This record gives sequence, C-alpha cells and structure tokens, in this order.
Amino acid sequence: MHLLTVITFLPTVGALALLLLRGDDHVWIRRLALTTAASEFALSLLLIPGVPVGAAGYRLEEVHAWISNPQINYHLGVDGISLFLVVLTTFLTPIAMLASWKSICVRVKEFFVMLLVLETGVIGVFLSLDLFLFFLFWEVMLLPMYFLIGIWGHEHRIYASLKFVLYTMAGSILMLVGIVWLHYLALQLDVDTFDLQVIQSLLQNGQIALRPSAEMVLFGAFFLAFAIKVPLFPLHTWLPDAHVEAPTAGSIILAGVLLKMGTYGMLRFCLPLFPDAARKFAPLIAILAIIGILYGALVAMVQPNLKKLVAYSSVSHLGFVVLGIFAFNAISIQGAVYQMLSHGISTGALFLLVGMLYDRRHTFLIREYGGLATPMPRLAAFFLFVALSSLGLPMLNGFVGEFLILLGTYQQHWLWASFAAAGVVFSAVYLLWSYQRVFFGEVTQETNRTLPDLSVREKWILLTMAAVILWMGVGSTMFTRRFEASCQNVLDRMSRAGAYSAGRTQVPETTVSHTPARLPTKRALERSGKR
Amino acid sequence: MFPMIEDLRRVAPELVLCSVGTLLMLLEPFLPLSRRRQISTVLAVVGAVVALAATMYPLRNAGTAFGGLLAIDGVSVFFHLLVGAVALLVILASGEYLTRENLAAGEFYALVFFATAGMGVMASAQELMTAFIGLEMSSISSYILASYRRRALKSNESAMKYFLLGSFATAFFLYGIAMVYGATGTTFLQNMSTGAQNLVLLRLGFAMIFIGLAFKVAAAPFQIWTPDVYEGAPTPVTALFSAGPKAAAFAVLLRIFGTVTTVHEFWFWALWISAALTMFVGNLGALAQSNVKRMLAYSSIAHAGYVLVAFAASNRIGLAAVLYYLLAYALVKVGAFTVVSHLGGEGERRIEINDYAGLGQRQPATAAVLTLYLLSLLGMPITAGFLGKFYIFKAALDSRLIVLAILMAVNSVIGAYYYLRVIVVMYMREPQESVAAVRLPLTVGLVLVITAAGTIYLGLFPNQIMDFVSQAGLLQR
Repeated sequence: MHLLTVITFLPTVGALALLLLRGDDHVWIRRLALTTAASEFALSLLLIPGVPVGAAGYRLEEVHAWISNPQINYHLGVDGISLFLVVLTTFLTPIAMLASWKSICVRVKEFFVMLLVLETGVIGVFLSLDLFLFFLFWEVMLLPMYFLIGIWGHEHRIYASLKFVLYTMAGSILMLVGIVWLHYLALQLDVDTFDLQVIQSLLQNGQIALRPSAEMVLFGAFFLAFAIKVPLFPLHTWLPDAHVEAPTAGSIILAGVLLKMGTYGMLRFCLPLFPDAARKFAPLIAILAIIGILYGALVAMVQPNLKKLVAYSSVSHLGFVVLGIFAFNAISIQGAVYQMLSHGISTGALFLLVGMLYDRRHTFLIREYGGLATPMPRLAAFFLFVALSSLGLPMLNGFVGEFLILLGTYQQHWLWASFAAAGVVFSAVYLLWSYQRVFFGEVTQETNRTLPDLSVREKWILLTMAAVILWMGVGSTMFTRRFEASCQNVLDRMSRAGAYSAGRTQVPETTVSHTPARLPTKRALERSGKR
Repeated sequence: MFPMIEDLRRVAPELVLCSVGTLLMLLEPFLPLSRRRQISTVLAVVGAVVALAATMYPLRNAGTAFGGLLAIDGVSVFFHLLVGAVALLVILASGEYLTRENLAAGEFYALVFFATAGMGVMASAQELMTAFIGLEMSSISSYILASYRRRALKSNESAMKYFLLGSFATAFFLYGIAMVYGATGTTFLQNMSTGAQNLVLLRLGFAMIFIGLAFKVAAAPFQIWTPDVYEGAPTPVTALFSAGPKAAAFAVLLRIFGTVTTVHEFWFWALWISAALTMFVGNLGALAQSNVKRMLAYSSIAHAGYVLVAFAASNRIGLAAVLYYLLAYALVKVGAFTVVSHLGGEGERRIEINDYAGLGQRQPATAAVLTLYLLSLLGMPITAGFLGKFYIFKAALDSRLIVLAILMAVNSVIGAYYYLRVIVVMYMREPQESVAAVRLPLTVGLVLVITAAGTIYLGLFPNQIMDFVSQAGLLQR
C-alpha cells in the first residue's frame, strides 16, 4: 500500500479533476475541491497509527528508483515530527477552502487548483527523505503560493508576491548548491546517492570527514534557506507584506504550514547533518531568535493594521520555535514541534477571524473598528478564545509549546529563557490591547453597528478550530508521546556525530537515550567548547 | 578523391537537407500561385522529417567520414537531432507567420535547410577548415534570414549588424585556424595535442578561435549584437537563431575542447571569466527590457553563460550537462519565440511585455505554455530547465568551481525576477485594450504541444537522454 504517495498526490489528482470542470460552475468546483481536501484529511489520519508511540525512525517508507544518473530516488517516509505537520496541512487546507467559500468569486477554479497543488507541495516537503526530492517539492510549492498572493491578493499583491518568491528562491538556490555538494562528497566514497539517511550516516560515522569550515559553509547554505522561510530576524521583511496582501486562505496556509517548513528543515537537516556547525552557530541563532521574539512582539504592539499585527506575532512565535530547536534539549525540541503545531492552529484561526472582519468591512485598520462585541458577540467570543490561546493561556494549546520551550531552554541557558519569557508578556499586551480596541467600548463607526454576526458556515469552522485548540491544550501528551522519540532521535544523532568528529570515543548509547533532558548535549557542548 | 558510399551515408542528413533546400528553391516558380505556400510547407516538413530520420544511420554506424574530416559519433548525432528538430519546429511555426506577413515561403524554408545543414557540418567537423565551412554555410543563410522581412527597417538593421559583426567574428575564427596551423602544421583536431612548435602562436590561435565561437554563442564580451539581431529578425527566425546556431557553435567548442587536451589549460580562465561575465551581462540586461524579444535575447545570453560554466568544469558530467542543457534550452526557446511570434500579430506590433496583460484570461492555454517555458528558463523543478541547471551545478561542484557555482546561483535569482515579471503581467494585470484572441493555427499548436510536453518529460524522466549523453566514447578522439 502506497499510503504516502496517495496522500502526497491526491490533491494534485483533485486539481486535475477540477481542470475538467467548467470555469463558471462555481458550486461544483467548490464542492469537488472540498471533497478532495476532506478525503485527504481523512486519509492523513491513517498515518497516525502508522507511527507507533516510542518509535524514532521513519515509517511507511517508499523507495523507488527515479533518476539513474546521478542516482536519485523517490523516497518518502514519515516519523513523529513530520506526522503531525502533515495532518496539520491536511486539516488547514479544507478550513482554508471553507474560509474562501464566499470571498473568492473571480477565477474560482484556478484558486482551488492552486490550493490543492500547494497542498501536494507542502506534504511532499514534509515526507521527502531524498534531498533532491525535498528540494523539488520545496521549490514547486512556491508557485501556487505566488499565484494565490498575486492573483487573489489585495492592493499591493504583485509587489508582495514577487518579494515572497525572490526571497525564498534566493535562499533555496544556495541550498541546492549545498545539496549537490553533499552528493559530491558522498560520491568521493563511491556512494552515488541523495538519500538523506545514507548521507546522514556517512556524515555521522565520519566516512565523510568535513573540515569545520566546510561544515559551516554547508550548514549556512541550508540554514539560510530555512531561516528565510521561518522567517528569522532579520530575514523576516517579506512576511508582513505577503500576509497582508494574501487572501485569507493564503494567509492561513502561509502562517499555518509554510513557515513550519523552515523550522522543520532546521530540525530535519541542519541539526542532524551538521551538528558541530549547529553548535557553533547556536548562540548567534539564539540571539537572532530572541531579537525576533521581542522585536516581533514590539512591532505587533504598534501596528495599526490588524492583519500585520498577526503577521508580526508570527515572527515572534516562530522565534520561540527556533530558540527551542537551537537549545539542543529534548524538552525544548518537543516544545518547538508542539509550538509549530499550535501556532498553525492559533494563527490560522486568527487569520480566519481577521479575514471574516475584512469580508464585512473591507479594511484591516484597527481604528476602523471598535466596540464590535455589541453587533457581533459570537465573533468576539471566538476571537477572544483564539487570542488567549495565541498568547499562551494555560489549558489552551499555545501554552504547552511555549512552556516546554522555555523549560528546556532554561536548563541549557537560563539567560536565553529569561529574555524569551519577556516575549510571552509582550504577546499578552499586543493581543489583549488590540482586542480591546477592536471589540470593547462604544461602537465608534456607524457602519459597524449593523455588521452581521457569524454565519452558520463561519460558526462551524470556528467551532472546529476552537475544539482543536482546547484539545491540544488539555490533551497535549496525546501529541507529544508520538514525536517524543523522534525529537530525542535528532539529539542522539547530534551527540554521537559530535563525539566522533571531536575525535573522542563514542558516547555510549545508553547514556544518550535514557537521560532525557540535559546530559548528552551539555557534555557535547562543553567538549566542543574546549576544543 | 571520389567519396565512398559509406561516406555519403554518414552525411545523409546534410545531403537530404541540401537537396530538399535546392528542390524547394527550384520548384517555387513552377508551383501554382494559389497553392504555392501550402505545397512548399508540406514539402519542407516532409524534408525535415526525412532529414531527422536520416540521422538514424549515423546513430548506428559511428566512425569517420571523408578521411577524418567529419567524425560521426554520439555528439554529432545528438546535435544533428537537435538542430534537425529545431528546424522542423521552426518550419511548422513559421507557416502562420509567413502567411501573415505575406512573405515567400519556399526560399525561407530553403534557407532554413541550408543553415541547418551548415550546423550539421559544424557538429561533426573534426577538422577546423570543415568547421569553418559549416560555420559559413549556417552564418550566410542566417544573415539572409534575419533580413527576410525586408520591408521592415528593424529587420534590415538586424541583418546588417549580424552580417558586419558576424563576418568580423568569422574572420577571427579563420585567422585563429591559420595560426594554429602555423604552430602545429595540421588542421585536424586529433593531431593538435602534440607536436606544437610555437606555443605562443598556438595560444594566440586558440584564443582567436575562442573569440570567433564566443561571438556565435553570444558569450560576453562578444554578445553585443544579440539583442538587436534577435529583436529585428522575424520571430520564427529568432527562434532558430536562439537554438540552432548557438548549439552548433557549442558543438564546435565542445569538440575542440574534448579533443585537444592542451586547450583546457589555455581556455580555463577565458571560460571562467567569460561565463561569469556572460551570466551577469545577460541577466542584468534582461532586467531592464520592456520588449519580450529583447528580454528573451538577453536571457539567451545568460543561458550561454550557464553552459560555459559546464565547459569550465570540463569533466564527464560537464559534457553531459552541456548536451542536456542545450536540448532543454532549445525546446524552451523555440517554444517561447513561437508564442511570441503568434501573439505578435501582423507586423509584429504586440511584442512589448505589457501587451501580454490579461493573457491568462484571454488565451489561457497559450499563457499556460508560455508560463511553462518561462519557468523552465527560470529553473523551476519538474521542468527540463531545472535539471539542466542542476547538472551544471553538479559539474561545477565536482570540479570544485565553487565560486562559479555560487555566481550562477546568484544569477538564477536575478533571472527569476524578469521571468516572473512576464508571468505577473499575464496573470495579474488586467488587459489594457481589448484584443481579439487569435485562434491558434494547428501547426503552431503542434509546436507548442511538442515543446511543452518535451520540457516536462525531460524534467521528470531524464534517464534516457542522460544515459545517452553520459556514455563513454560519446566524443570520438
């Protein structure tokens, strides 16, 4: 059974089927697209039993020879980290479709085709275990997003979409050079492969001996591509533009899933492949992440534009994820993965709500609103709920990730954690303050007095989102237990590789895998520090 | 010496091309005026197909012909198929154009055939004078083709520039041959590696040969003619220029580079610098263009730069990369210029980028294929252009040309901007004036389908082509 292939390409098949429909048959286009996305979500749930609790390696692998010269395989696999990211993607895509049910009325067919193709690209990125294949999906996914922003976006959409593509492409082309270089290094050992696992083990057992400078360059080539995608301060400038100009569905997918491709890449490639370089750069990256957390929050605080506010809050939240990853601690990495998921849900929901406001008033400016709780009590209630989840209220999803990240980071570097903790406070400020200005007080504009409250469709979308938010807040172990082992696995690969290339004997495996929090990495850090 | 039958069989494609070309010219006056164009077109298409089929014999029987003047090997066959296919596609695409511009068809096709025959000779020539003859055959036909729209000023300007600068470059080439002959006493490539009496003369000679060929492939700093010539020439002819003569000149470069080992050392820095310069000149120049033909001309300069990177790498995968890239590039460029020719309308009036505003809605299929070509030029995965670029990266890194690889990466991003800009105009801008959509003639549609399908096929399944172009003994030494 080729479950992964089916999951990857089902949306494309749906998109091709859509192309056969008549362009003005909007009802059936929407229905077919939603059916595809919904069945895709159902299929992706089948993955969850496929990745047992406590299993670290890849599951459901599929390997087929594809290009023979050089040897490139079609190699898919899923592990605990990618599992929920795939499910998140398949969950948010139908939500995004429902969100644009009414608001997209020009070139409807193309819109849904693009959304479905985008889904294939994103899922392919998360499932590829061949570097070439990964790069292929990574690049292909740019195009539909480019069109989504450029065609159905707002006023400055063309500028924003070009900026988005060029930024990403600038990073990814260097990653391609890095990938080809890795292949060259493997080829020196007569191993003609782009396979992630093979190259990883070659690097890990020292058969490919990288000079420290070379490792740093390679790390940089990969990291830059991911850092642009995340986006890490100071590479974040494309994000506010892209978000503000994108249609609601585009924003949901962009914030919900696309940004995670960057942090996923760091976790999957930067850390296990180049552990020494990762350690060397970790302080710098952590500082940038902390700057991002604080800067994002501060800029969000003074935004007059509601959508831009949410966009900058993403910069801040993703800073947490990067910090958690580069603290090299089992707990913080788990937290980072959790934060990726919960940010996808919370920020997706925030963009959804902002989009609903826009549908009613066609503006994102906070000063145009005020006192909306009177005409729209339901929307206000949902907004508050989502805002609270985003600012990290305990019992809701945002809290779990941030708490784990801070906890894990604190064990490594208390100073990093204390600066980052300030970001949590700031996020409360900007979210609650903007909430107050938009929803509380007297109705300031007459037009706002008669705005309709949630429609049935909108209510059900939001209810679903709210249920997931609550579930992820109280039932967090149901998620963490499935990616715990995979997160530990990332660290294991780092420590052992570090021990080897430092010219020491290997750290016995037992000490690595059974002392969860701090031991192995800290030791390795000290070692590399002494060197 | 009378040619042996075996020799004739090995040059079968050239024989077919030349005789069909001559036949077309002779037949033209005797055809009834009303059906003249159709009959010529049919004859030309049949001739091109037969010429392609005639390549099958050399494919199975590698060897030399005419006492070693021509080498019939994998490279030669590959380029024969390439330029033959380009000729066929250009002929298919130009029927509509010639009718619209009211130009005579027979001579046009004949000139395309002669040019293609010249390119075929260049692809096989193992001796420099033979290469020169091929170059002249293809160049002289090209000069005439450039001026084929003879009542248009731009077309005349284009031909004049091409002719003057082109003759200058050929003179360089010829002078280089003379010097190399002076230094080594031979014009046969395989004898040049050893026994050079005068190294300075040899270096100078090869430098001149490089200049002559660099002109033909539009490599900086000898690219200056390209935008004007490409812009002024009739668009189907531009399609031919951008794919055919360029590929043939690269074939000569490849053969010299592969056979004469001493050249590697002479040419390395020339190639390196020229590659870097060409990429930047092409891409930066294209940024400023508002005319589609000029933009594509600059883009073709940039792509010559990428190919030169693979040359500088001078390894096995580099050779394969050159061949693969030229094929991918030829498909895309012929396709793109065909679209431009079709959309240009009578007198080539609509060739500004802004004229394509709203094309995505007016002519979705045409816009979609043009997007595909642009994405392939940009190097987006699942198109042939991406794999081509990937192989060049690979060749460059295998030879540790890291700086050059990074320069190429930078250029890819610069290039992305102007290709995407056309896509922006097509899909994200509203049309300025209402232009009636012109129905796509069957032949033009066929060209677009072939090139688009080829681009995707090569991008997804490169195995067969790569196996062919990376086999050992592809280049006879």
